[in-house]
Amino acid sequence: MSVVVVPVEAVESAIMAALSTVMDPELDQPITELGFVRSVAVDDAGVTVHLRLPTAFCSPNFAYLMASDALDALRAVDDIGDVRVLLDDHHDSDKINTGLAADAGYVGTFGSEAQESLDALRLTFLRKAHTAAMERCVAEVLRRKAIDPAEVHLLTLRELPDGGAKSALLRRRFSLGLSMCPNGRVMVDDDGHPLAADDVPLRLRLARSVRISIEGNGHFCRGLLATRYNDDDCNAMQFTNTRTRSA
Amino acid sequence: MYQKDGNSYFIVDGHVHIWDGRASNLKNIHGKQFIDCFYDYHRNLSPEEVVWDYDTYTYYGGERLMRDLFSDGYVDHAIFQATLLSDFYVNGFGQTEEAFGLAQRHPDKLTYNHAYDPRYGEMGLAQLREDAARMQLKGVKLYTAEWHGDSRGYKLDDPWSRRYLEECINLGIKNIHVHKGPTIRPLDRDAFDVADVDKVATDYTELNFIVEHCGLPRLEDFCWIATQESNVYGGLAVAIPFIHTRPRYFAQVIGELLYWIGEDKILFASDYALWTPKWLVERFVDFQIPEDMTEYAPITVDQKRKILGLNAASLYDIDVPPELRLATPGQDTVEVAAGAKEAVPL
Repeated sequence: MSVVVVPVEAVESAIMAALSTVMDPELDQPITELGFVRSVAVDDAGVTVHLRLPTAFCSPNFAYLMASDALDALRAVDDIGDVRVLLDDHHDSDKINTGLAADAGYVGTFGSEAQESLDALRLTFLRKAHTAAMERCVAEVLRRKAIDPAEVHLLTLRELPDGGAKSALLRRRFSLGLSMCPNGRVMVDDDGHPLAADDVPLRLRLARSVRISIEGNGHFCRGLLATRYNDDDCNAMQFTNTRTRSA
Repeated sequence: MYQKDGNSYFIVDGHVHIWDGRASNLKNIHGKQFIDCFYDYHRNLSPEEVVWDYDTYTYYGGERLMRDLFSDGYVDHAIFQATLLSDFYVNGFGQTEEAFGLAQRHPDKLTYNHAYDPRYGEMGLAQLREDAARMQLKGVKLYTAEWHGDSRGYKLDDPWSRRYLEECINLGIKNIHVHKGPTIRPLDRDAFDVADVDKVATDYTELNFIVEHCGLPRLEDFCWIATQESNVYGGLAVAIPFIHTRPRYFAQVIGELLYWIGEDKILFASDYALWTPKWLVERFVDFQIPEDMTEYAPITVDQKRKILGLNAASLYDIDVPPELRLATPGQDTVEVAAGAKEAVPL
């Protein structure tokens, strides 16, 4: 067996990097920032991650999505060993944890309750996230009075100022398979088709509601999580590393 | 009635409960999880000085309710919304007979809305007819995410649900309160999806559909369907306590609701005992859209009067003293929702 030396600290950062790619699809934020990662324990056998959520009644489909995404992300880490992901304190904890341990997949985990897959659900929320990101970018441009409001439909990605809002929009577009071309229009529908001038105002107005909804749910979930677990902040994650081997 | 700065407000609390979440009433772990989740909502969003201890919260009874609503809370009339949760609690979560009994003793102050579950089929329909006659029902509260045996929820446009809604029309029950919660089948979809409200609101225009919690966490989907339907209303329970913890977020929510569904379709509700009405009423009357949020118009006194009581009084035929009515009644003057009618400014 060839030996690839991975320093202990590198394993830790690789694990956290992997977990930070897992998004809450509904809140459009990484589970690491939301405080949903309760603990990470690394040992010679592998890694065990416990997840937690703001309430026992958070939607089980989203709970499953995040847990299985975490499992997939961790398995892609080099030299990780066995990966165990467990969801704590949820009304479906037993069902989801059993399903994850057995690699049963979504339908295998939920049995007759699941009909197809979660792809459509994921797409719905990716689209909402994209809509909100688009609104943030355009609102910023309009606030700066950098564009004639009647010409918003002509705004291109190239014309957006660099920064968090733009890179977030580009990430959402990438996830949805929409054009990343700098000359592409910012104001597009869910399938990436540019909007006509007349359709822009209503689309933007609806997009604002979507953004407010996503942001508001984020406030609510963070608050409930902190209350539920008596956290002073949402970063109460415990990381233990008892690994003795370096490869 | 609440008075401030020379203005008087008739208060209808559109969503109150008497529940029993004590250990003696728990059927299983989910009952405990449910009341604990409620308590976290209460602790997280209430001002510190009005947070209850856990034991009081699990059961408080009718006397305490009368005091918190009518003696201390400025409420003129309150509407019980049943939450049965029979799969989680031995004698149900909401206390039907206690609440109904209280409403019978104080008909001027309390209205009792019962619940039904269309998954009980013909038997449940017969029960609904009996309940409607005995309780003189004007409204029902449906919790579409309630568990029942192997089922973890239903949709309003399911065939059996339609039969129950048609029976409501026959029985003169015109106000259908809908609480969308998680774990609705099919699990593959968004659990909070309000599309089924859209379908039945179109098909049963004789009924009013009051979407509790104004569709949160799907405010945008709710606003959108409400613009399409003239018989869809939004209840402020759960949204309004953000006035304390996150006033700017609350400003956005109320701003969006006023824009999309309009001032005649928004109903005040404390969701007592999740929150108590006293501080909610005080804060809402004092509330104003922050000046830098120029995208929303300031809220007027008359808009607040409609939201705090006059809209619900109209839905429930509650008599409002002449001096507390609006000079020009607004109810029913808006045929479709506000946002759908206007040109949309950038």
